[in-house]
Amino acid sequence: MKILKLHKEVISNLNPQKKRNSMSGNMNIKLKVWRQKNSNSKGELVNYKVSEVSPDMSFLEMFDMLNETLINEKKEPIAFDHDCREGICGMCSMFINGRPHGPNDAVTTCQLHMRSFKDGDTIVVEPWRASAFPILKDLIVDRSSFDRIISAGGFISVNTGNAQDANCLPIGKNEADESFAAAACIGCGACVAACKNSSAMLFVSAKVSQLALLPQGKPERHQRVLNMVAQMDSEGFGACTNTGACEAECPKEISLSNIARMNREYLSAKLCSEIE
Amino acid sequence: MNWILKMFQSSLGQKLLMALTGLFLISFLLVHCGINALIFFNDGGEMFNKGAEFMGTNFLIRAVEIFLFAGIILHAVQGFSLTFKNQKARPIKYAVNNGNANSKWYSRSMGLLGTLLLMFLIIHLRHFWVVSRFTDEITSGKETLFNEMKEVFENPWVVFIYVLAMISLAYHLLHGFQSSFQTLGLNHKRYTPIIRVLGICFSIVIPTIFALMPIAIHFDFIK
Ligand code: HEM
Ligand code: SF4
Ligand code: FES
Repeated sequence: MKILKLHKEVISNLNPQKKRNSMSGNMNIKLKVWRQKNSNSKGELVNYKVSEVSPDMSFLEMFDMLNETLINEKKEPIAFDHDCREGICGMCSMFINGRPHGPNDAVTTCQLHMRSFKDGDTIVVEPWRASAFPILKDLIVDRSSFDRIISAGGFISVNTGNAQDANCLPIGKNEADESFAAAACIGCGACVAACKNSSAMLFVSAKVSQLALLPQGKPERHQRVLNMVAQMDSEGFGACTNTGACEAECPKEISLSNIARMNREYLSAKLCSEIE
Repeated sequence: MNWILKMFQSSLGQKLLMALTGLFLISFLLVHCGINALIFFNDGGEMFNKGAEFMGTNFLIRAVEIFLFAGIILHAVQGFSLTFKNQKARPIKYAVNNGNANSKWYSRSMGLLGTLLLMFLIIHLRHFWVVSRFTDEITSGKETLFNEMKEVFENPWVVFIYVLAMISLAYHLLHGFQSSFQTLGLNHKRYTPIIRVLGICFSIVIPTIFALMPIAIHFDFIK
């Protein structure tokens, strides 16, 4: 009988749903959130309390809950960026407790769950800070500087007509893998947010690498790296000190080796090509 | 020629200059440390004075000295320029920033460590270089560089400043050594781990040997 009871207890402990229902594992969270009316106004950190937060909620769902309360109280909800909510669009920019996308490695904010926090925690949420990412409202920043870098060279030129047979272009397995890994970048800007220099090197180097490694990207490789670096500099991103903060915070684990590759691409474009 | 100027004005070009001058300074440190370590023969400075005389009178070495000064100035000017530009890229700081979660403090403090090194270099050059080049103390045979060293390191504050500077140098190199290879585009699964280990060894061994010199002389281990 005793063993059976013990067994039941163990089973109920193993089943988190049951355990939580029985003793309500919901949390009370204190928030300090950056509020700013528009690009020109001065912002400030504002205190909020969110109660009955389920540990299974995503961080953004917790914000939805807070916003619903604010709307019910006829207050202005907190503006924040989000779209896919599954870690692929790169929109959910939030600097949480001093780290982009919060305390966990290799996830976006939408993939961060409240179980990563404790009941009673105070969480500070700020927007990405960079002069190249001006704040539009609250936690939303304007990342169109990334778009302009892509327009400057993050593409290949293709003639119209029939697509050629894919097997006509032999690509080494290693190059294909490395290119694919670089292509995983979702343009979220966490690298810029984490870097003490607000440098965009990891993002730009991922885009440069992705194309430079493939035969389709080779014809324009010199022009591409020169144009993209020039655009990156003119947008006001800082230079790279190789601290490695970007790689550590990147939700897609883009490697620093891409930055070295971009340095090589840049040097070879400057030294070997005749492009001004 | 325009393309060179344009290249060294870009962020990548500026870093390239940092890396090239940094590596050049590292190679200088090796030679400088080697010659100075001759004091550890503890022969009243005989070997050391010979080495110093060779370095001071050899035409080739004197020519390289010009490059050395140019290198230090270029490295410092670019270092300050980058540091200011980088600060401008984030005019409003975070209220809470957990930098230790993603990077080492010394990699984020290269500007500060470099400034300490520059201040030390000025003091250091005043102690030895100015005396040996611009006064006739040593050329006239009145003094030897070794005796000059013993005099300078009598002061415990000087010893303290030298040791502090070598700690700054160790941290500057702990990041700088491997960083310069990354800046030059030299990153490879096979070689990068070797470069990292080499960098750590260099950053510990060379500044330690340097720091032992004022300590050993101050406490009369070397006579
Ligand atoms: C013996 C003296 C020195 C040596 C051997 C040395 C070496 C280096 C090396 C190897 C790097 C890495 C370059 C790279 O990341 O590509 C570096 C970076 C740096 N050095 Fe020095 N350095 C010395 C003195 C100085 C001085 C006097 C300053 C004065 C301002 C300075 C400021 C900097 C700065 C700010 C950086 C980081 C630049 C960046 O990545 O943003 N260094 N140093
Ligand atoms: S490199 Fe990583 S952190 Fe930077 S934009 Fe791409 S996915 Fe985001
Ligand atoms: S909302 Fe798309 S990645 Fe987070």
